[in-house]
Amino acid sequence: MARRRFKGGEIPTSSMADIAFLLLIFFLVTTTIDMDKGLGIILPAEGEELEIKKTNILNCLINSQGNVLLGGKPIAIKDVNREVRRRLAKNDKLIISVKAHEKTKYGDYVAVIDQLKRANATRISIADSE
Amino acid sequence: MKLNRKVKISSDIPTASMPDIIFMLLIFFMVTTVLREYSGLDVELPKAKRIQKLKSKRHTAHIWVSKQGQISIEDKLVRSSNVRHIMYTKRAADPQLTVSIKADKAARMGLISDIHTELRKADALMLNYSSKTAID
Repeated sequence: MARRRFKGGEIPTSSMADIAFLLLIFFLVTTTIDMDKGLGIILPAEGEELEIKKTNILNCLINSQGNVLLGGKPIAIKDVNREVRRRLAKNDKLIISVKAHEKTKYGDYVAVIDQLKRANATRISIADSE
Repeated sequence: MKLNRKVKISSDIPTASMPDIIFMLLIFFMVTTVLREYSGLDVELPKAKRIQKLKSKRHTAHIWVSKQGQISIEDKLVRSSNVRHIMYTKRAADPQLTVSIKADKAARMGLISDIHTELRKADALMLNYSSKTAID
């Protein structure tokens, strides 16, 4: 019986690059680079209620039509930034209390929060809507 | 005068290390890819300017709120009173959890406010109002 000659047991590696390319393309396509972005906010812990002096509170009310009342005066949303900036310069302990009506659109609320963030207001309080 | 002819140099790009380079790229993408877990609800996000990136997808839980007032977590429609239980378990499993609220810009604040209350009770306090970049 003739012995078969051993022909070398190598795994063919010539197509490895192609396989790797294929996998690479798959992961390139499925990767979602666009990270979620948004307005960050930290809620107060439950039962954490503080008494704050009235002079340090600036009330910001939003009604169901998206009209804003800042410190008792009606104001356009795009002017909130400037007004809050002005008031913060006077009193840096100022806390802005945002109160929205139950039927207020979320978009208007986000617009106001954005304006406050742009005025570098760090103390923002979110009151329960009524 | 006779000039010494230079020996011909082969002008091929070396391809021997190509698989290694591709493998490296492959591993990079494999590690960074987070497959989209949930499809969520169809929402039109509000626009904002001062936006931040979420730190990590792995430490993020999403809540979808549609225009009609539906709330969806992990592709299940839930009532606002059930948000607390779901978020409490998530928060207990991951202390760095950030909750990303993907609400439609026409959603009502009454509902969002309910979610705020529920999240406060669940001790999930880091919040992110998902929004698109506004352009002037």
